[in-house]
Amino acid sequence: MDAAIETDGELLASARALVDELEAGNRAAADKLIDALGKVREQSLFRELGKMTRQLHEALNGFTLDSRVAALAETDIPDARMRLNHVITMTEESAHRTLSAVESTLPVAEQLRSQAGSLGGKWRRFRNKDMTLEEFRAMSQEIEDFLALALEHADRIHGNLSEVMLAQDFQDLTGQIIRRVISLVQEVEERLVELVRLSGGVDNKDAPSKEDAAALARGQGPAVPGVEGAGSTVSGQDEVDDLLSSLGF
Amino acid sequence: MKILIVDDFSTMRRIIKNLLRDLGFNNTEEADDGNTALPLLQNGSFDFLITDWNMPGMTGIDLLRAVRADEKLAGLPVLMVTAESKREQIIEAAQAGVNGYIVKPFTAVTLKEKIDKIFERIEATAG
Repeated sequence: MDAAIETDGELLASARALVDELEAGNRAAADKLIDALGKVREQSLFRELGKMTRQLHEALNGFTLDSRVAALAETDIPDARMRLNHVITMTEESAHRTLSAVESTLPVAEQLRSQAGSLGGKWRRFRNKDMTLEEFRAMSQEIEDFLALALEHADRIHGNLSEVMLAQDFQDLTGQIIRRVISLVQEVEERLVELVRLSGGVDNKDAPSKEDAAALARGQGPAVPGVEGAGSTVSGQDEVDDLLSSLGF
Repeated sequence: MKILIVDDFSTMRRIIKNLLRDLGFNNTEEADDGNTALPLLQNGSFDFLITDWNMPGMTGIDLLRAVRADEKLAGLPVLMVTAESKREQIIEAAQAGVNGYIVKPFTAVTLKEKIDKIFERIEATAG
């Protein structure tokens, strides 16, 4: 009767056998049966304990060894912080570029206005035939100078307005960076939900796989100083040109 | 000269459009990603394509490949204007048949230089 007792039928059979042995006065055989019955309890207890140990082990593994969570905390979050700081720097620079261009345009416009005003007054006196020849000569020179100045100032205004326009490129560049941070925040949220689910006992972890080539093809967004691996990103248009010319461009 | 500008950011499209107008190119159209750009290219008679890389939907590199794979569009000059600045990406674009590559942020001078260079080279191979 050493065989493991598994089913209710076997248990009942063992109990009947025990009574039989006791009635027959076979003490040794009865002891054996009692041992076997005790083992039934132990076995199910060990089985449950084993199950719990495995669950605990998996939960701990899931918690500490999810490399993506570790990477998020160690790399991605600090990266995101640098990216957002870079956004502040870029928007600040753009605002300054715009303000500088406006500040250097305002006096140009003012100079044009005041000279045009002064010449306008003289021109009216000339039309009213209220001007000496000397004054007319001076005005002619002034008109000539003013035309040259207007030409030069128009170019400066055009240049400054182009500067203002180009300064707006921050919207695209910072937009791309912010989009990446948003997707990171979304990922962190998903991981947190996963951890909550894990600690609730439901474990459905899927190994995150990241294909670098695919990520490159999707695009990396603007280079952020100190974030991207140095060396793999070109530092400006000159390096792009060098690289392309090395490729036969 | 009809030019298609493809970028998902409308501000960047406006900047490029204005710079092109300064350079004397007044005939421009816009698209916000490869998926909207491709049918425009196939139906319209564009002479030049300026595209960003990183766009939702179809990316610029995929658009470039689609253009090169299309018999009718294969010869279209393509200038990439993008913030993507990894060496592998520039090489990838070159291998896919890009005619010029500008990294953002860029200047009006750079845009003019690259466009001039592309046309010089086209004229040199044509004549």
